[in-house]
Amino acid sequence: MSTLGEAWSTALTLIGGFDAKLLGIVGLSLRVSLSAVLFGSLIGLPLGASVAVGRFAGREPVTVLLNAFIGLPAVVVGLLVYLLLSRAGPLGQFGLLFTPAAMVVAQTVLITPLIAAFARQIVADAWREYREQLKSLGASTGRAALTLLIDTRYSLVTVVLAAFGRAIAEVGAVMIVGGNIDGVTRVMTTTIALETSKGDLPLALALGIILVGIVIVVNAAAHATRRWALHRYG
Amino acid sequence: MSLYRRLLLCLVTVLLAFTTGVRAEDRFITVASTTSTEQSGLFGHLLPIYAQKTGVQVRVVALGTGQALDIGRRGDADVVFVHDRAAEEKFVVEGYGVERKEVMYNDFILIGPKDDPAKAAGKDILDGLRKVESAKAPFVSRGDKSGTHAAELRYWKAAGIDLEAARGAWYKETGSGMGPALNTASSINAYILADRGTWLNFKNRGDLKILVEGDSKLFNQYGVILVNPARHAHVKKELGQQFIDWLVSAEGQKAIADYKIGGEHLFFPNAKKV
Repeated sequence: MSTLGEAWSTALTLIGGFDAKLLGIVGLSLRVSLSAVLFGSLIGLPLGASVAVGRFAGREPVTVLLNAFIGLPAVVVGLLVYLLLSRAGPLGQFGLLFTPAAMVVAQTVLITPLIAAFARQIVADAWREYREQLKSLGASTGRAALTLLIDTRYSLVTVVLAAFGRAIAEVGAVMIVGGNIDGVTRVMTTTIALETSKGDLPLALALGIILVGIVIVVNAAAHATRRWALHRYG
Repeated sequence: MSLYRRLLLCLVTVLLAFTTGVRAEDRFITVASTTSTEQSGLFGHLLPIYAQKTGVQVRVVALGTGQALDIGRRGDADVVFVHDRAAEEKFVVEGYGVERKEVMYNDFILIGPKDDPAKAAGKDILDGLRKVESAKAPFVSRGDKSGTHAAELRYWKAAGIDLEAARGAWYKETGSGMGPALNTASSINAYILADRGTWLNFKNRGDLKILVEGDSKLFNQYGVILVNPARHAHVKKELGQQFIDWLVSAEGQKAIADYKIGGEHLFFPNAKKV
């Protein structure tokens, strides 16, 4: 059988078998990346909105930096977070290196610029449209930013999903700060890298198929929620 | 607004589920080790036995020897378990480690294409490498400062080949672990120095096979070192020492000897009796 064919049948066997170990790995992947998306959104959305609405010196350079950092290489983020969290580093005393928490930190750093940059663009477009209206209502800058974030929420869902996609698919950062420890910090992508190292290409590809499947399910759920909400709340 | 709140509630629930799920286990140590011990499946065999006996979880971070020692130097592991004697002794002399204990050895093998265009097959590794070099046959090097990479460089030197001068398109440095390097060699049908454990556990062999083995120069000694608690106060001294003592004990040595793939022994325990 070809490697591709073998990969599909391995993937189906793995899914059908509800392999406990695989479930653990999938669960950790989701926990880490969803947490990173939560923290990334809590930081990135307000940050993007305030850059869009606020008037302060240095707004242009901040915009350029946010846009540039969308392309931060995962391995560089991993290395930076590693040096920060290492016992010899400034945050070493917390002993976070090689834990899921370290992976959440790394992925948060990775996706916050992406969320902030796209949120800034979306909110800036809305701001252009509603600026006079909000100003005539006497809304403060903060109030305007919040109102526009809520107003553009359906567009922002796509941004958050893109961030989730980037987080769950990256391997460079979690490999370095998590250490790919069996049963502790091993996630989908690091497992795929490990099985590739062992030359078990069908198994690696099967895990890749499952990972893509999970991302599709998460996106479908978000899409359904959005449709339901649009229908219900308009 | 209510949708926003609901979404927030949902996210907070996720966060709570996450944080409660990652309560750190109390009794664990972190061991920085090499890809050969991890990818050969040895740890998958040893650690459950050790956990059952002591209740201590051993968390292995598998890297090249150079990087594993660096993790130890930074204090990010309690124990290092690697295979590059010179580098290990340096690690101890510089005060990063307490004491080096020998645990076991495995052996390196020269892998190459089945039809062996360079005629490297034989019993002598140095002779085999000389033939690869004179034929300028494709050779894949780890190039990642791992123990295997260090050994490869030693063999070239011992074979009287000045790699800097001989280097050319035939010599491919991949800067990767044993498995990825084997994947590369298998896809371009190149010669490569590998450890037997990783090779036995490696599935994507293509047209490669073992050409040189059994030369006593190919033996590869593993050592284990406790990271110096005097330098890094948080090192789990007792738990780390307990693991080291178990590895070199009769029981640990037997567990190592018991590990086989397809009936073949991978690692040969040789700790000094205490």
